[in-house]
Amino acid sequence: MMSNLDINFFFEDFRLNAYILNVDLQTDATLQVDISDALSERDKVKFTVHTKSTLPNFKQNEFSVVRQHEEFIWLHDSFVENEEYAGYIIPPSPPRPDFDASREKLQKLGEGEGSMTKEEFTKMKQELEAEYLAIFKKTVAMHEVFLCRVAAHPVLRKDLNFHVFLEYNQDLSVRGKNKKEKLEDFFKNVVKSADGVLVAGVKDVDDFFEHEKTFLLEYHNRVKDSSAKSDRMIRSHKSAADDINRIASTLYTLGTQDSTDLCKFFLKVSELFEKTRKIEARVAADEDLKLADLLKYYLRESQAAKDLLYRRGRALVDYENANKALDKARAKNKDVLQAETTQQVCCQKFEKISESAKQELIDFKTRRVAAFRKNLVELAELELKHAKGNLQLLQSCLGVLKGDT
Amino acid sequence: MAASSERSPPPFPDSEEPELLEDSDEGADAFTGTSISEMDSPSPDSTRPPKDIFNEPPEDIFSDPLSNINSEPQKKVDAKIPSPSSDEAVDLFSDPLDDDSEVMSSPEVQNPMPDLLNEPVEAPKSDVLGEPPVSSVKKAASSEMFGDDDDDEDLFKEPPKVVTKKPQPSGPPVDVFTEVKSDVKVKPQVKDDPTDLFAEEALTAPAPKPSAGSSSSRTNGVHSEEQDLFSEATVELSLDSPRNDRKNKDAVKPSVSAPAAPVASSSSKAPSKTLKELEEEESEDKFDLNISITNPEKVGDGMNAYMAYKVSTQTSLTMFRSKTFTVRRRFSDFLGLFEKLSEKHSQNGYLIPPPPEKSILGMTKVKVGKEDPSSAEFVERRRAALERYLQRVVSHPSLLQDPDVREFLEKEELPRAVSTQALSGAGFLKMLNKATDAVSKMTIKMNEQDVWFDEKIQDVENEEQHLRKLHVMVESLVNHRKELSGNTAVFAKSVAMLGSSEDNTALSRALSQLAEVEDRIEQLHQEQASNDFFTFSELLADYIRLLGAVRGCFDQRMKAWQRWQDAENMLQKKREAEAKLLWANKPDKLQQAKDEITEWEAKVTQYEREFERISATVRKEVIRFDKEKARDFNRQVIKYLESLLHSQQQLIKYWDAFLPEAKAIV
Repeated sequence: MMSNLDINFFFEDFRLNAYILNVDLQTDATLQVDISDALSERDKVKFTVHTKSTLPNFKQNEFSVVRQHEEFIWLHDSFVENEEYAGYIIPPSPPRPDFDASREKLQKLGEGEGSMTKEEFTKMKQELEAEYLAIFKKTVAMHEVFLCRVAAHPVLRKDLNFHVFLEYNQDLSVRGKNKKEKLEDFFKNVVKSADGVLVAGVKDVDDFFEHEKTFLLEYHNRVKDSSAKSDRMIRSHKSAADDINRIASTLYTLGTQDSTDLCKFFLKVSELFEKTRKIEARVAADEDLKLADLLKYYLRESQAAKDLLYRRGRALVDYENANKALDKARAKNKDVLQAETTQQVCCQKFEKISESAKQELIDFKTRRVAAFRKNLVELAELELKHAKGNLQLLQSCLGVLKGDT
Repeated sequence: MAASSERSPPPFPDSEEPELLEDSDEGADAFTGTSISEMDSPSPDSTRPPKDIFNEPPEDIFSDPLSNINSEPQKKVDAKIPSPSSDEAVDLFSDPLDDDSEVMSSPEVQNPMPDLLNEPVEAPKSDVLGEPPVSSVKKAASSEMFGDDDDDEDLFKEPPKVVTKKPQPSGPPVDVFTEVKSDVKVKPQVKDDPTDLFAEEALTAPAPKPSAGSSSSRTNGVHSEEQDLFSEATVELSLDSPRNDRKNKDAVKPSVSAPAAPVASSSSKAPSKTLKELEEEESEDKFDLNISITNPEKVGDGMNAYMAYKVSTQTSLTMFRSKTFTVRRRFSDFLGLFEKLSEKHSQNGYLIPPPPEKSILGMTKVKVGKEDPSSAEFVERRRAALERYLQRVVSHPSLLQDPDVREFLEKEELPRAVSTQALSGAGFLKMLNKATDAVSKMTIKMNEQDVWFDEKIQDVENEEQHLRKLHVMVESLVNHRKELSGNTAVFAKSVAMLGSSEDNTALSRALSQLAEVEDRIEQLHQEQASNDFFTFSELLADYIRLLGAVRGCFDQRMKAWQRWQDAENMLQKKREAEAKLLWANKPDKLQQAKDEITEWEAKVTQYEREFERISATVRKEVIRFDKEKARDFNRQVIKYLESLLHSQQQLIKYWDAFLPEAKAIV
């Protein structure tokens, strides 16, 4: 029983047509990265990262390595922890592949096999497989987007860790964080968010950053809200599509009872519902892809932008404190040199962050507008396509029903 | 009237199109008015009212020549069978019809046609009147239509049936009505006034032309009443066919006439006598009695409050005192009607349409709550269900004749129905009865002789089971759709907020547009959810109840069988007792035993006859039920699909408007 339900069988050597989902990125021939292949195993996904490059520090022009999700996270964290990159928006890390829900459903289906008809079972199975495939594709796309963003970034693309990630054809032997480290992370986050509130309260000298700060704060909250709401909307859309599906199968059983005219009628309507529910499910899936994923991505991206502003704000506060310390030191005439150096370092750091952050935030806006445009246009087009398909089905079915009943 | 038909799923095809209905009202009145008066009193005087209505010549005048032609359009109708081009033609023959009768009627009818057509034109008066062949042909045609002569006569001997007969073909489709009306008008006007509005119709319908010439012939009253009626009936049928062409051109909504058409056609072709009779009666009732329930109103306060509904009836049946009347009824009155009808008729095997269930929870909410949407929905749901229930009752030919039904519709004040009190002692007793019934049902092992019943009982059980399943799923769809609607609304708000905080102007604009689109879509989901519910889910709920009633019919039949078998057993025992007495040589008691045997013999025959009668009735009822079910499902599901279609059209409109906004983002 479980053997033919094994999820691996339909992903055997599954080749993914790489597609970029959220962001329009200017690609540049010197370094191109994509995920050429992905393999789903029981509890992990193996991505084949394919690189084409003319950069001199790679040994070859074209090569592939196999990477797992944890290695992506490691790469992301190494960017975040690097002081050098404090002035940049670090591309958000890809979300963890989550097949649990899908697996659970599959499990349930296996248990409930006896209680349903063969048709129902095959139908449910196909549905779950499709769902699994969609999650899988999305996961792969998210990981790819991360790599592409890094590869397109003028500074991050030169990062050594990134090059290792792309080229080193052995396991990077990164491990997941242990409990202690996770706890540390948690405390760090608490401190950071408390500090963030503190820092955010400081009035910025620069109007541009002051504006960006208020904007991002609000934007992030709203995009978070929208993302959650869109998820709920899509979920109920999916349930409605499932209902239509079940209605179609019951109508089918009703229709196969005998061969009266009414039964033919039922069969016809069942056939229609079977088709419309497919479209309805497509609508939900496309909304998920074009709308919910877009919002989710910008939820993470705006978080990354907020982080950048936090780092800048932190640097500003440090700088101001150093100024005060220097004043104090001068007044007391004690440790003046040391205070001066600190003040110098803080000033430099702050200015460096400010300089790159401005450009980064402008880029962020350009990217955001482009991505929204692309996705919204595609969303509208897909909605139109599906509605028209539905309309046509209904029209032809109504034609038949009115015609020969 | 029009308002009510908008609010509730119209069970009558004519109420589907309020405009048309209004249009046809006068026509309908005029027409049915004529027919009834004709039937009630054949004297020429009584034909006056129609005269007034049609300016000049009474329609009998036309009906006669038209009857000559009736053969022609009828042929047309027949000929249409294979051609799927016209919606109606196809509709007409969807019912399983006996091919034989068609085949028989069409060629014969064809033959007399040319003669008939020509003759009146050449010698209008004398020919038609004088020549017996005309009437005989007519008779032949009519008898073919209705299977056999006996039947024909039967139909016309009984006054109520005559009443039913006549409007039947004219009644159903509103279109037909208006058409008939206009065609009838054409005739006088063609004669008197050539520049008339309807001249075009006269052209499209060639039939009326010869009639104009021979119109005066009818006034002589040569033709017998029944022929007359008959010809009229067929005229209407036939007028139907020239209309087809025009209708297609005009692209009048075919859906309106679609459900009606099968009735008209089936009446002329029903295979067996019983079936055909059934259909005639049924179609008549349906279309000559229009019931609507409106204005639900809360009466009283607190827990003693109840909802009163306005029950309006519109009819041309003579059994009612007037054509339109209105009474106020409360829910328990409806239940009371059901109780009365079940008491009287269910043991005969009649299918009594069940009323909607009592809902203490829903009603309490209405009683206590002020104005909240869920109680408004509850009231509307109940109103619609009651309306469908009443319509089902009156569309039953036998139940319509019941004095209680008439009283319910007409009488101002009804005695308060007591036995229906929720959880009253009577209710409890009833439940107890039902339980014992169920037990006895389990113990009765009926040895089913009739294959038809055997299969049907099985089918009904299966169907009920599947419908229940389907109903659960549709309910779940309704809920999910409502949820979707709610979530879409929330999302729309959220996107609007996001749009307001976006600092790119074009993107901000696009997002607020998206919010608006989602807002509209929310409305659409909302509407669709109520369509899911009122058009689809309620239909299923009705039929689950009705199938329960069908099973009740089967149970009644089984009970009758049980009675018969018990009597048989008793008779057997008595016979044995007699034999014992004979053997024991006790002549004194022998006479008593013999008397008892004759008594029980009589009982056995009586019960057997009863069983046969109930079997026949149940069978008829179930066939009728199946037909109505097919029609109901067809109509409702098509309506439902149309609502889906509408939703998709709106969706397209909304997204179409949004697309340029999305493209305008820079």
